[in-house]
This record gives sequence, C-alpha cells and structure tokens, in this order.
Amino acid sequence: MIGAVRECAARLAPLVLLVALVIVVACAATFAPIILQRRVTQALIMLVGVVGLYVFAGNSGVFSFGNVGFMAIAAYVSALLTMAPGQKSVFLPDLPKLLAEQHWPAPAGALAGGVSAAAIGALVGFPLMRLSGISASIATFSILVVVYVGLGNWTSITGGQNSLMGLPNYVGLWTATIWAAVSIAIAFAYQESRGGLLLRASREDEVAAKAAGVDIVRHRWIAFTLSAFLSGVSGVLLAHFLGTVRVETYYLDLTFLIIAMLVIGGAGSLTGAVVGALVISLLTEVLREAEVGFSIAGTHLAAPTGLGDSALALLMLIIILYRPKGIAGGREIGFPSRSAPVAGRNDVPPPNSFSNHELE
Amino acid sequence: MREAAQVLVDAVSVGGLYALTALGIGMIFGVMRLVNFAHADLITFAGYAILLFFAQSTALAVVGAALAAIVLALITERAAFRPLRGANPETLLVSSFAVSFFLEKTLIMVVGARPKGVDFLPGLARQVDVAGVRLQLLHLVTIAISLALLAGTTWLLRATRLGLEMRAAAENFQMAEALGVRANRVIAAAFAISGLLAAAVACMIVAQTGLVQPRMGLQLVVIAFVGTVIGGLGSLPGAAIGGFFVGVGSILLQALLPEALRPFREAFVFVAVALVLIVRPLGLFPSRSLRQRV
Repeated sequence: MIGAVRECAARLAPLVLLVALVIVVACAATFAPIILQRRVTQALIMLVGVVGLYVFAGNSGVFSFGNVGFMAIAAYVSALLTMAPGQKSVFLPDLPKLLAEQHWPAPAGALAGGVSAAAIGALVGFPLMRLSGISASIATFSILVVVYVGLGNWTSITGGQNSLMGLPNYVGLWTATIWAAVSIAIAFAYQESRGGLLLRASREDEVAAKAAGVDIVRHRWIAFTLSAFLSGVSGVLLAHFLGTVRVETYYLDLTFLIIAMLVIGGAGSLTGAVVGALVISLLTEVLREAEVGFSIAGTHLAAPTGLGDSALALLMLIIILYRPKGIAGGREIGFPSRSAPVAGRNDVPPPNSFSNHELE
Repeated sequence: MREAAQVLVDAVSVGGLYALTALGIGMIFGVMRLVNFAHADLITFAGYAILLFFAQSTALAVVGAALAAIVLALITERAAFRPLRGANPETLLVSSFAVSFFLEKTLIMVVGARPKGVDFLPGLARQVDVAGVRLQLLHLVTIAISLALLAGTTWLLRATRLGLEMRAAAENFQMAEALGVRANRVIAAAFAISGLLAAAVACMIVAQTGLVQPRMGLQLVVIAFVGTVIGGLGSLPGAAIGGFFVGVGSILLQALLPEALRPFREAFVFVAVALVLIVRPLGLFPSRSLRQRV
C-alpha cells in the first residue's frame, strides 16, 4: 500500500515539482517591481509556447518549425473575436459584418483561438505527419511561411502588415501562471498516456516501434494537434499581453526563440522545456540589463545593443555542440531519491524511468 | 509578345539566382546532410563586403565579396558543423539555424539594422535592344553569369578528381570515406564552393536592388531552399533545376496571378513544397543513398 503511494508520488513528481516551480516564480514576482513582473509574465507565456512545441517535437523527435504559425492564427482569431466592435471598425473597415459584430469574453476568445489552431493543425497535420526527419521539418517550416504570408496579406481580415491595436489587455501575471500550470499538466498527462508512451517509443527507434505495431502516423497526428492547441493558447496570451497583434511578431525571431528555449533546456523531457523557457528568459533579462549598462565608480559600462540576441544564438550553438541533450539531458525532475528503491535485483525499475529515455 | 519576352528574361534571370543559391545549399546537404540556413549569411556578409569596397574599385569589391563568403563558410564549417558531423539532420538543421541567427544578430550589432545604399555596377542598369525587345542589361548579365557558374560547377563535379570525390561523398559518404576520400578536404571544398556561389549571388542581388541589409540573404535562401527540397535533397542537378523552377515560377506567378492573389505567391510556392513532399518525401530526384534502409 505504502509502496503504491510512493510509486504514484514518484510518477507524479515531475508534474508536482514543475507546477510548484512555476507558482514559486510567480509568487516571487509579486514582490518585484512592475516592470520585472511584466517580464516574468512574458516568460510564463513563452513557457506555454515552449511546452506546446515540446508536446510534439519532444515526444515525437521530429522538429516542428511551424508552431509559431499556430500561435499567429490563434492570436488573430482571439483578437477578432474579443476586440470591441468600435475598435475593429477603425482598423478593419472591410471586415465581414458577422465577424465585426462579435464581442466575446476573453477566456472564450482564448479557447476559440486555441481550438482553431488545433483544428488547422489537425487538418494540415493529417497529410504531413507521414513524413519523417528532415522532410517533416521542412514541411512544418512551410506551414510557418504560408501562415505568415497568408495573414500578412489578407488585409480585409487581419489588417495585413499593420498591427491591430486595442486588444483587451487582460493577461497579467496570474493568467499567465494559470495557463503555464495548465499547459504543464496537459503535456504531462499526454506523455504519460498510452499514446504518449507509444510516440516516445517511436522517437527512440522508429523502425522497432513500427514493427511492434505502433501507429506512428496517428500518434504523431494527435500530438501535433495538441501541440498546435497549446501553441495557439500561448499566441493568444502573447497578443493580449502586448495589447497588439502584428504578423511580424510571429515569424522567424519568435520561432528561433522558442526553439532555442526547447533545445537549450533539452527537448527530450518536459522538465527540459520548462527549465529552458525560464533559464533563457532569465538570461535574456540579464543581457538586457547589460545592454542598458551600469555604473561602477563613476564610469558607465554598457554592452552594445543587440548583444542579447547574439549571445543567445551563441549559447544555443554551444549547448548543441557540447550538451546536445540540453540542460535537463532528457531526464525528468524527481523527488530526491531518499526513499527510492533499495530494492532487490528482480524489482521492476521505478515508474519514473518511463520518462527517462536514456534506455537505449 | 514583347511583354512576354521581357517577363521571360526577368523570370530566367531570377531563376538563375535561385538555382545558384539552391546549388550552394544542395552542395552542403550532399556531403554532410546539413540544411545550411547560414547560407543566407554568406550572401549577406558578401553583400557587406561589397559595401565596404565598392567605392575603391569594382574588382576589389567582387574579390572582397568572394573572400568574405568563402572564409566565413570555412569558419562556420570548422567551428560549428565539423564537431557535429554524423549528428542527425534535424540537429544539424537546428544548429545551422543558430549559426545563422548568431551571424545575423552579430552583424546587426556591429553595423545596425538599417539598409544601406550601394551604387554597385551602375553601368548595368541601362536597357538594351535585342531583336526589337528592350531588355535590362543587368538581367542578361545575370543570366550569363548564372550559366557560366552552373557550367563551371558542373565541369568541376564531372571532370576533376575533387568533383568525383564530392559526388561519391554525396552518394554514400561512409563508402566514399572507406575508399579513401578525405572527408575534411571534400567537405571544406564543398563549403568553399558554396561560399563562392553565395558571393556571386550577392554581387548580382546588390547590383539589382542597390542596397544591402542584414536580412538580404534570408529571403533568398528561404525560397531557394524550397528549390533544393523540391529538386531532391542530395542531388546536385536536382537542386539547381529545383531552384531554377522555383525562381521562374515565382516570377511567372507574379505576372500571371490575378492582382488580388499576387501578394500570396510565396504561400503558393510553399504549399507546392508541402505537396511535393507529401507525394515524394525525398523530392523529385532524390539521391539514391537517402532512402532509409533498415
């Protein structure tokens, strides 16, 4: 009985600890000045995006360059549904009447955004998921470009290259925190589910998984759809956090940032995704401070503008070269293994080694 | 009729640029399965080398551009890609993404993000009469240079020992290595050639647009990349042909699409890529060794 409880606790450890981490960060931020609070909020929004990418890329081992496209779609859907009709008529005079009249409450807009991203993800994912490796990466990259070009030129609906301003500005620290926790919970539930485990098996060895009867295409498709949903939600949050939405925001730079966070944290585990998002946000903040500069004994020292981006890219490169599995190294965080099996040789491995895929 | 000829020449000249870019990308992919996003920055850096030298002399600018791109290509190979040799293609892709961002952001940090005007080869901006059709001299020169470089690369690949080794490496790298092809030499040579091609593209782009900016290479590479993929990853003629058709296609789409759809032409191009990949995951003319064996 106690063993079962312990086992259960060990299995849920990553979920509990990561959510706790997010809540601790958020609580700490309430004591910080308002500007820093906003930075933490943004970091948590990015975290949702990174976890969203992780659900597909981490579990399937196929990199997606298209998730920022889903963020963009969801952001625009939510913006169009939640903006006040008066605002919309200013920026989008040609909007169809049906759309122009909508004035949804914010949470409904967020869900609608996520669901439309998931629907489009499911639709395009259906044919694309049979691809593997490099072809799959390139195909997802084309999703990004098609969305970018499409939204950027569909002027009557999206305002084209101009920004839409005056979105309800409801995303604060706690909204972001709640969504961060929810996204971690969803990602965790998925990766511990049967489908998630099968997909992770296919990541380790596609051929062996296929031979063992895993329907790889189907499980990739499910993960892709879920991943599009979470990415979509983070896109909505970002738009309503900034109060504006602009297609340029959702293109290569954001793609790079989110991929960098996932790769640096370690794409192989949820812990990696969460830690990567937080660590890179922290680092970006430090570098931003360095760019502003500080004074020592009357001399003002400041790093050149743009150092942050450049350093981030360099760091990502170094991680790829010297620690290809990222900070987390593909492992999940767990409780200190004080109680961990002193068990006999014939014991089954502790359940959390399901998520530890260094089994090879 | 006249208009058609003008559009055609325009399309072919753009196709040539994309073919060169796609060939540069395909070359690297062939020898080390790396989709080199940083090819964009080879073009950009070559462009800035032109900016640096064009006031002194055209020749110096061209040589400077070539040197800049080749040296940069070799440095990225040595520092970032050589340690990753043998890693899986996705890791390589992500790392070239990082290299590209590093170079771009560093460039922005040093020279700023604003475009700078370059009056490079102003002599080529005039129109010439060919059989009663007024054509831009620059387009004709671009076509000529593209043809010359494609021919040169073909000759190198077909008629020299280095080329033979490169083709062997593209076909089956492990086997080639086992038969005595020196990996470092072949890969470095491929990077040098791709640098040279990038520099040539940079010269023609700068002459056409009259400006340089930190993202000038990116747009080009993203599209050319499509060419490499459609043509068939790992196949060099495939890359060149694919690049050419994507370039020609995008100009023809520009000319033929109804006004309202024109801004979306890039989207059409990328939808086409996805479709080609779904039907033929390895492209139209894939290298034989790319097929996965169990």
